[in-house]
Amino acid sequence: MSMVLTVNRRKRSVDADADKPLLWVLREDLDMPGTKFGCGAGLCGACTVLLDGQAVRSCQTLISEAAGKQITTIEGVTALPAGQKVVEAWTRIDVPQCGYCQAGQIMSATALLTANPKPSAEDILLGMNGNICRCATYVRIERAIREAAGLETKA
Amino acid sequence: MNRDRTKGIDRRSFIAASLAAGAALTFEAKIALAAGPGVAEATMLNAFIRILPDNSVIIGAKNPEIGQGIKTMLPMLLADELDVSWEQVKIEQTDANEKLYGPQVAGGSTATPMNWLPARQAGAAARAMLVSAAAAQWKVDAASLTTAGGRVVDKAGGRSATYASLAKAAAAQPAPDLAKVPLKKPNEFHIIGTPKKGVDTPKIVRGEPLFGIDTRLPGLLHAAMVKCPAIGGTLASYDDSAVKSARGVVAVVPISSGQCPAGKQDAVAIVGTSWWAVQKLRDKLVVQWDIAAQQGFSTELYARQAAEALGKAPDATLFKAGDADAALAKAAKVVTGDYSYPFLAHATLEPQNCTALWHEGGTVEFWAPTQNPGNGRKDVAAMMGIAPEAITIHMTRIGGGFGRRLMNDYMVMAGQIAKAVPGRPVKLLFDRTDDMRNDYYRPGGWHRFTAGIDASGALVAFKDHFVTFGANGKAIRAADMPASEFPASVVPDTHLAQSFLTTNLTTGWLRAPTSNAMAFVYQSFMDEVAEAAGTDLPALMLRTLGAPRDLPTERPTVVFSTARARAVIERVVAFAGWTGKPSAVPGKGRGFGFYFSHRGYFAEVVDVTVTDGAVKVDKVWIAGDIGSQIINPLNAEHQAQGAAIDGLAQALVWQPVVQEAGAVQTVTFSDFPLLRMDAKPAEIAISWVKNDYPPTGLGEPTLPPVIPAVANAIRAATGKRLRSLPLQLA
Repeated sequence: MSMVLTVNRRKRSVDADADKPLLWVLREDLDMPGTKFGCGAGLCGACTVLLDGQAVRSCQTLISEAAGKQITTIEGVTALPAGQKVVEAWTRIDVPQCGYCQAGQIMSATALLTANPKPSAEDILLGMNGNICRCATYVRIERAIREAAGLETKA
Repeated sequence: MNRDRTKGIDRRSFIAASLAAGAALTFEAKIALAAGPGVAEATMLNAFIRILPDNSVIIGAKNPEIGQGIKTMLPMLLADELDVSWEQVKIEQTDANEKLYGPQVAGGSTATPMNWLPARQAGAAARAMLVSAAAAQWKVDAASLTTAGGRVVDKAGGRSATYASLAKAAAAQPAPDLAKVPLKKPNEFHIIGTPKKGVDTPKIVRGEPLFGIDTRLPGLLHAAMVKCPAIGGTLASYDDSAVKSARGVVAVVPISSGQCPAGKQDAVAIVGTSWWAVQKLRDKLVVQWDIAAQQGFSTELYARQAAEALGKAPDATLFKAGDADAALAKAAKVVTGDYSYPFLAHATLEPQNCTALWHEGGTVEFWAPTQNPGNGRKDVAAMMGIAPEAITIHMTRIGGGFGRRLMNDYMVMAGQIAKAVPGRPVKLLFDRTDDMRNDYYRPGGWHRFTAGIDASGALVAFKDHFVTFGANGKAIRAADMPASEFPASVVPDTHLAQSFLTTNLTTGWLRAPTSNAMAFVYQSFMDEVAEAAGTDLPALMLRTLGAPRDLPTERPTVVFSTARARAVIERVVAFAGWTGKPSAVPGKGRGFGFYFSHRGYFAEVVDVTVTDGAVKVDKVWIAGDIGSQIINPLNAEHQAQGAAIDGLAQALVWQPVVQEAGAVQTVTFSDFPLLRMDAKPAEIAISWVKNDYPPTGLGEPTLPPVIPAVANAIRAATGKRLRSLPLQLA
């Protein structure tokens, strides 16, 4: 079926099966491979994108559910004020190791800080626990979020 | 090309400078690496440096990048000695070409020891030719000139020249003797030892395509596979009539073991224009497998067989010194303990994948996220009956390695699929289920320990009956144990013995292979021995290590220095404020672990709090010795912290890979949970012990000791001794 998606503030026409997950529409139909496939079951968070500012697992999101909503991906996240701060902190602190999960981590962190600009330690855990980093860069992920939020960080 | 070689140097070593198109000055250095302490084997380094007319510098990064930071680190070594500023440097991933670049492997934490000297020599030799060119031009003594920021400076003459402006003259300079070219003293380094961010970080945070799964090519096809449920089983027959007619399907390709010597990967691949579409069609493919020879294998069977084997005499002796039984009979105290650990998967977050293009004329091109492209080339050549030279391998960034991608099954399979659709690139992608079921697993193992202590508390006798997996009287891949395992190497009356079980599962190396299991069982049992001897583990270790000396290992070029071991133990004891006394707070406990692996010496202390059977790791202290120099401190801290948390995952979070009727049943991240942020320790503190030994690798050696440290901390906190992984109370 044919539909129009709004991705990173641009209208994009897509012709794909209605049951095709947003993840695969992004990767295959829109040539945007920044959003990553990790488990296909909503368990790892690598495919996280924002739908109207909410973090969702794009492998579990049908394109029919995404139609009519603002879709933000890693390729466009710096257009959001929180996204810009998160990406800057991620770069400054050098969070990635292999880097594969980091698009999803950045999207979840952006959703968290957009909704909650000064998160507590508990809030950060709640916001980020759905995103697995197999390299275990969690020390820097937490620090980057705190820095992006302008919270005090340990040296 | 100027390939003059000075008499007396290794004839295989040279540096050549040439002018390439666009007046770029290119240095190619080929350096023989002598076998010696800290170097794995005699081999070659091939490096390239290109100085562009705008005085920017391109440095080739030759090793696979799996997140260990090698793409940044190796060029740091060259750039420092070349004496350019880091801001001038652009880094290019090279292709895989072992003939050109020598070993290109991400495994065994070997890149630092192998490249530390030769990479610097290549940079220094290039610099020397640029200095000679300037000296000739200015008619001054080269020794009077200095360099900085990509310029040659003549202080006395008040002049300087960019490297780029000297390109033509430098290309005509005689090449210096690589073995004698002066290298910087450590206090002269301006890049080595300074924090450098990952070169790909800006691209990663923008979501740019970097990984194998992101490979994009004109006309790219996609392949999903239906894999034999039991590893080693074979394809009996298949019916693809319901699949071939589906929209977008281009081909259905059987992949058979007969053509696939590297790993019995029987599968049927569906090839089409969308991976999402072809993977959905897998249900419509009717496949009959022959798994008669595999279906008897199960996790339960292994446990039963292991228990039986432990009750009988071992199959073979691994190491024997003195008479352990006689010494045990005379010992003041005897300690025993049975330990075990399960099969584990690698669970790289980027599922296995590979893109291949079969060209007319019988050559094949790969875009492969592989940790060992050289082996991939060999496997593909053998499987497809083509010459190794007919295979081109482009190395992509890799979404996690951990040893999984030392094996190249996905290359072998993608090559077969590509041959069926000649002229069109095709990307094979495993889904998570495929990835979990078709791993090269860390094998499980069982140990029965017996130790004897004399009246003074000294460890005087030691036995380990190790039940592992083997074939033909030998341990299979990654199921072995070193005969030099400490403390067997120092206890006078010792017997290490093994018995072998068989499995159809393919096994392989998981980050800090062997060590991740041995550290747990040996250092946990040593904690029991310490308790029985009325002391604590750091004290028992120092006593057992004894006087400073070098002990041999399995590898002729690697020794185990008891002095270096002592130094990290003493450091972490001071660093963590270890007293050996139990915590006054109920539920809190502190544990210690030491391990030597991959040439690195690590002693670690872990604090835990146990509440209602749940273990929370509060803090980890790490004292590590990887030689004289931390090359990139920003990444070193990151690697050590990541590896420590990876070890905690093995200790506390990962569940066993379960096998029934020949087939692995562990297929999702629900069955095989990975560690999440909530299990991260509040703090991981690191202290580096520096000395005069050459620098060694850091991808792995931090991991092993944290596992027994946690187990020992749980013992301290609860009084419970957990002897199998994962560590579970109640």
